[in-house]
Amino acid sequence: MNKTIPLRQMQAGQSGVIAEVASGGELGRRIRDMGLVPGSPILIIGRAPLKDPVALRLKDFTLTLRNNEADFIQVHVDE
Amino acid sequence: MNEASRESGPITIALAGNPNSGKTTLFNALTGSHQHVGNYPGVTVEKKEGFAAHQGVRIHVIDLPGTYSLTAYSQEELVARNYLAEERPAAVVDVINAGSLERNLYLCVQFLELGIPLILALNMMDEARSKGMTLNTDLLAKRLHAPVVETIARHGQGKNRLLREIVELTREGRRPWRPLTISYGPDLDPVLTEMTARIEAESFLTDRYPARWTALKYLEGDEEITLLGRKAGALGAVLESSVKTVAEHCRKTLNTYPEAIIADYRYGFIASLLKGVLTHDTHAQRIAVSDQMDKVLTHTFLGPSIMALLLFGIYELTFTLGQTPMDWVEAFFSWLGSTVTGLMPPGLLRSMLVSGVIDGVGGVLGFVPLIAIMFFCIAFLEDSGYMARIAYMLDRVFRIFGLHGCSVMPFIVSGGIAGGCAVPGVMASRTLRSPREKLATLLTAPFMTCGAKLPLFILLSGIFFPSHQASALFVVTLTGWAAALVVARILRSTVIRGPATPFVMELPPYRWPTLRGMCIHTWERTWEYIKKAGTVILAISILIWAAMTFPQLPESRVQEFEIRAAELEADGADQEVLTALENERGQAALLHSMAGRLGVALEPISRLAGFDWKINIALTGGFAAKEVIISTLGTAYSLGEGEVETESLGRRISKDPNWDLPRAVSLMLFVLLYAPCFVTIVAIARESGSWGWALFSLGFNTVFAFALAVSVYQGLSLIR
Repeated sequence: MNKTIPLRQMQAGQSGVIAEVASGGELGRRIRDMGLVPGSPILIIGRAPLKDPVALRLKDFTLTLRNNEADFIQVHVDE
Repeated sequence: MNEASRESGPITIALAGNPNSGKTTLFNALTGSHQHVGNYPGVTVEKKEGFAAHQGVRIHVIDLPGTYSLTAYSQEELVARNYLAEERPAAVVDVINAGSLERNLYLCVQFLELGIPLILALNMMDEARSKGMTLNTDLLAKRLHAPVVETIARHGQGKNRLLREIVELTREGRRPWRPLTISYGPDLDPVLTEMTARIEAESFLTDRYPARWTALKYLEGDEEITLLGRKAGALGAVLESSVKTVAEHCRKTLNTYPEAIIADYRYGFIASLLKGVLTHDTHAQRIAVSDQMDKVLTHTFLGPSIMALLLFGIYELTFTLGQTPMDWVEAFFSWLGSTVTGLMPPGLLRSMLVSGVIDGVGGVLGFVPLIAIMFFCIAFLEDSGYMARIAYMLDRVFRIFGLHGCSVMPFIVSGGIAGGCAVPGVMASRTLRSPREKLATLLTAPFMTCGAKLPLFILLSGIFFPSHQASALFVVTLTGWAAALVVARILRSTVIRGPATPFVMELPPYRWPTLRGMCIHTWERTWEYIKKAGTVILAISILIWAAMTFPQLPESRVQEFEIRAAELEADGADQEVLTALENERGQAALLHSMAGRLGVALEPISRLAGFDWKINIALTGGFAAKEVIISTLGTAYSLGEGEVETESLGRRISKDPNWDLPRAVSLMLFVLLYAPCFVTIVAIARESGSWGWALFSLGFNTVFAFALAVSVYQGLSLIR
């Protein structure tokens, strides 16, 4: 089954494909410059010791985001 | 190579690329030791340049700051793009991390759209291959219409081929820019065409950028271009209204933004570029070693413990390794002092050379070995990629105090790991986008244990905590952090209130740093320190020596001392009594001097924190530069004592009954926290864009430090 969840709810080790980046302005631009655009497959690597920020792997590099920034990103995940 | 290019002087090329693409390593490989570090005029972004030569052609290499994009959101991006537009280098070498080709090409596409002659350096090819990636470089070069060179900068591989391509490409001198046109789809293309025509008709910025590029920047909401447009008159308003219309249309019909569409099409263009160029070996889709290491190094419990151990280990290493060379340097300067004393007749000149120059500068240079080792360790953390993990692990904590994970860097460079310097630390804060978090970082970074304060801490902890020197220093450093965080929190909830900014950051893969790269980093920073000791500190030492020497004792007092000495000698008094008299005379002279009078005038207040007039003189000098504190103390003690003695400052202090533990602790606390040095204040003024904040840090930090020093001194004195 296929469903769409916010990035914040993903578990370490879970993977998916970005469905939507609902942010404009500076944050949106930063996210897109780094290659987080709809259609990109991502894998959650882990979270910092205090569960925030989250580290995720895009095709070929690792990126970190805070949870409240991850909230703008919706991901298609397999179940 | 032809004669023309040999005669027309060096050709200028710019080195550009994403952060962590190995740009600096390639720059070092190309230019060797012929490099120069400075700042771009008007802004504090670091400017590195150097020369390379190939077949008799001199190549002037400019290292542009690392950027992900050319939209003017950060100062780095603005500098990179303005440099290209204004200086028009003969070519840009885009350094690309071949291991993350797709994302690195995002910047490359923007260079292509700008039209500047381009050479691609596919760097870190070894890592890309070990990831199981196969690249068809020739096909990529054909599609880009630009030379593509594979390099492994850390081994110098591909360097000659790259130089050859640079010479080849720029052979016929300056080439015109040939901008690439990408389609941005049915929603944006018509409006782009329309805007481009208008921009061309009015020649708006066309001497700097291609018209279509300017139009694109409008659609991306670029602040700088928009402002320039407003200044240009009616055209700005017309372009802005076109953008507004299309943005509304996008939101209504597609629920998206023009800049999102632009990014999508760019990535689409990159995907089509890479079709058939890049193949992933699916069998080798193993988790990279880096990810494995992160599982341990950023683990919930292990991560922070390893981080603390590592930072503590750096102290131990620094002190164990640094002690011996430090003793050598100290021995050298005390030998130099006694030699000069022996060679020259007594008098003002000798006094200036020995007490002012040798004691003053020697006190500062004595710490060069320690500082070099500390910088070497920091270079290791930066180059290995661990520094980014520190920011990642600490972001959540920093946010509590109204800061940003990236504030870690300025803090650490300022001396968060003791031995840094607040000047580059304050400059490092420019990576912070939010003016509020940046300001809070700027104002609190000077609380850290910088290399200039370090000598005093080492000296005092050596005397008062002889068996726990490393731990004492660790506590001082932690105190610096605590003060910085608490004050940041106070500032962020009072004078600089506002929401937090995004934390979108790359975690570069772990790499084993090259010795050469670390040595270059260490040398650059250590040399800055030595230069400061040789110039600013030297001048201030002499100035302070003068303040401590003039006005001299009036003739009547001098005679008084001479008569007493003659009487004692006639009575056959032993050397000890004579030395005591000599000391008394020195003290009287110092008290009579300008500095002495100021020190005494401050005593009624400073006594609350346990400081006497000698310390007051040193602390006043410390407003100019913190190194001066220890050299002034050195001068004060050496002027205040007999001529024959050439004891180190440490011995003098440990013998002085006025020094006790509460005074030592209170002094360390005050020095840690009081006003930043003059150079840092200038840097704060530049980075914050206002002298108000610089003066604020001067006043606020001094009052804050004094209040804490007084309470600690009084508290400790009560307990004892």
